[in-house]
Amino acid sequence: MSSTPSSDNQRLDQRSAAPVAGHEPGTAGQEPVLSVRRLRVEFPTRHGTLVALDDVSFDIAPGEVLGVVGESGAGKSMTGNAVIRLLEPPGRIAEGEIHLSGKRIDNLPEDEFVPLRGRHIGMIFQDPLTSLNPLFSIGDQLVETIRAHLPMNEREAREEALKLLCEVGIPAPESRLDSYPHQFSGGMRQRVVIALALAARPEFIIADEPTTALDVSVQAQILALLKRLCADHGTAVMLVTHDMGVIAETADRVAVMYAGRLIEIGPVDEVVRNPQHPYTKGLMASIPGITKKLERLYQIEGSMPRLAAIPSGCAFNPRCPHAQKRCRDERPDLMPAEGSRAACWLHDPVDPLPPRQDVEGREVSHVR
Amino acid sequence: MLAFLIQRVLQAIFVMFVVALISFSLFHYVGDPVMNMLGQEATEADRAALRAQLGLDQPVVVQFWHFIVNAAQFEFGISYRSARPVTDLILERLPATLELAIVSAIFAVVMGIGLGIYTALRRRSWLANFIMTASLIGVSLPTFLIGVLLIYIFAVELGVLPAFGRGETVRIGNWWSTGLLTASGLRSLILPAITLGLFQLTLIMRLVRAEMLEVLSTDYIKFARARGLSKRVVNLRHALKNTMIPVITIIGLQLGTIIAFAIITETVFQWPGVGALFITAVRFVDVPVMAAYLMMIALVFVVINLVVDLLYYAVDPRLRAQGGGK
Ligand SMILES: Nc1ncnc2c1ncn2[C@@H]1O[C@H](COP(=O)(O)OP(=O)(O)O)[C@@H](O)[C@H]1O
Ligand code: SF4
Ligand SMILES: [Mg+2]
Repeated sequence: MSSTPSSDNQRLDQRSAAPVAGHEPGTAGQEPVLSVRRLRVEFPTRHGTLVALDDVSFDIAPGEVLGVVGESGAGKSMTGNAVIRLLEPPGRIAEGEIHLSGKRIDNLPEDEFVPLRGRHIGMIFQDPLTSLNPLFSIGDQLVETIRAHLPMNEREAREEALKLLCEVGIPAPESRLDSYPHQFSGGMRQRVVIALALAARPEFIIADEPTTALDVSVQAQILALLKRLCADHGTAVMLVTHDMGVIAETADRVAVMYAGRLIEIGPVDEVVRNPQHPYTKGLMASIPGITKKLERLYQIEGSMPRLAAIPSGCAFNPRCPHAQKRCRDERPDLMPAEGSRAACWLHDPVDPLPPRQDVEGREVSHVR
Repeated sequence: MLAFLIQRVLQAIFVMFVVALISFSLFHYVGDPVMNMLGQEATEADRAALRAQLGLDQPVVVQFWHFIVNAAQFEFGISYRSARPVTDLILERLPATLELAIVSAIFAVVMGIGLGIYTALRRRSWLANFIMTASLIGVSLPTFLIGVLLIYIFAVELGVLPAFGRGETVRIGNWWSTGLLTASGLRSLILPAITLGLFQLTLIMRLVRAEMLEVLSTDYIKFARARGLSKRVVNLRHALKNTMIPVITIIGLQLGTIIAFAIITETVFQWPGVGALFITAVRFVDVPVMAAYLMMIALVFVVINLVVDLLYYAVDPRLRAQGGGK
């Protein structure tokens, strides 16, 4: 459609005061590009309200890659969807704040929020096969995206589209501009999707399992591409993935989610090599190849609770070997724990819960 | 593309051949036309003469061959009832039916797509819910009842629109008479057009709504939103185009049924079209007219189908790439 020169630019530049006092460690010194505070997402249903995200807070610094991990259903996609305001109805943000470059965005009216998408917050979805409209050529889809954000005419936008396709490594882009999505392989389509998401040079993108649906052989290429482009443009990334290998290789920090809550967050090295939350310990231990010294694979007993049946106190307490009365009564907030921060009473700075030990005096873990 | 076209045309010819066979067999299974035309009193010589004149004395295969050759040239013989060429009778009536059908079709398609989009985009609003409920009535009431109701309300009670007939007509060229150029002609068209189009309207609306809701929940629509495209562009450019792919087929088929269903509407409104002609023909066992009518309806369906296939092809790049066939 017609170009809408982004007036939101100015708005975002008149930065209001820092959203909330005290950035989290790891983004110190810089104003975060994204700051999520006490975010709560609810789904009102006939049988009561489901709480899909509960009290989630985190920051992402400019240019930083934050990896987000957790079992399927932990709320990773929900977090991204809430930030870019694409929650499926009746899901809604019930509490909390979202700030983009210092400007609060969760309470903007819809027509002021729409131009932020693509221009300031980009998004890449899991499945490149279904992310592109099959009835429009990729040139059309690129041009319309570019022109939605930048003051360009059709010809200039096509030039720009060619540049973008070059940048994401599509061979002979002039000849591919008028091709339709079905004429591309999965990997190539995901490259086009990346070009679309980055077309207006957003300062922050959400990549929700961007390689999960791809052939293993192209996953690494696509990730390398994403990493390189974001590094080149200084784009911050929220990278949702199942793959701890990808996190270890790509992310600066990692956030671990469980049952709609953020339970541990910290620098990748710390969280991967020295996890602090009992759940993260189990998660890392269950992944082969991350901690080599393991002689056997651990598995956490039980499974993550459904939204309708999240236990009181610490959501992990039914599966935690250290769980005690306090864990069932009081919900722990994120607390400093060695190099990261974990939501676990074992790390209460005032009155830490004593970890349970086995007969030989070693800390108990989730051996089955 | 060419292979696809040829394949479709061959299919169309086959369908027409089968319908021709059925129409032709009417001549042999529905009464004895010579008896009907001449009555009991005629002499054997009279009958033989008429039989020869109508070509009924030749072998069946030869008769069928003649029937097809003639039909291909829009020749359907002489009406048993009025003794005039069937083609003339149909051509005389065709403008009335076509005008009615086209106006109803436009009404049904425009309103159906518009309301379908509206009820999909505003599916929680009371108006959308009201329209959906009302459309159930549209689907379930039989056409003649709708016609009678409309006549009762607008012609009898309110007296604002004519209850029957086509109003004043104007001749265009040799054989086209139109009601679209006179006030009374236009006013006469309103009730029959609504009656004929209402069922298709509700059908199209419900289909568009269902398809659109499905499309709106797809990943590419979500991604289109995430790219920052405006609501208008997402809904009316992206979602609508994808919605129309399955809808085109159904709309095409519905246009065919509009012409076929015109029989009922024409009867209710005493509309001087081919539908009414067919009803009269059935009553008088006027087989040539019946056969010609069947062939005409079949031709309409076949042509519409062909057009739909080509449209499909034009809209969906995936079909084009495969070089045809769906
Ligand atoms: N439309 C919805 N209505 C109700 N619950 C939903 C809906 N979509 C997702 N959920 C629930 O929200 C939770 C988080 O889902 P999601 O964020 O997709 O998980 P993941 O971490 O695998 O991306 C899951 O328990 C899921 O069942
Ligand atoms: S708070 Fe208690 S139950 Fe939860 S992880 Fe820590 S020790 Fe386990
Ligand atoms: Mg997910």
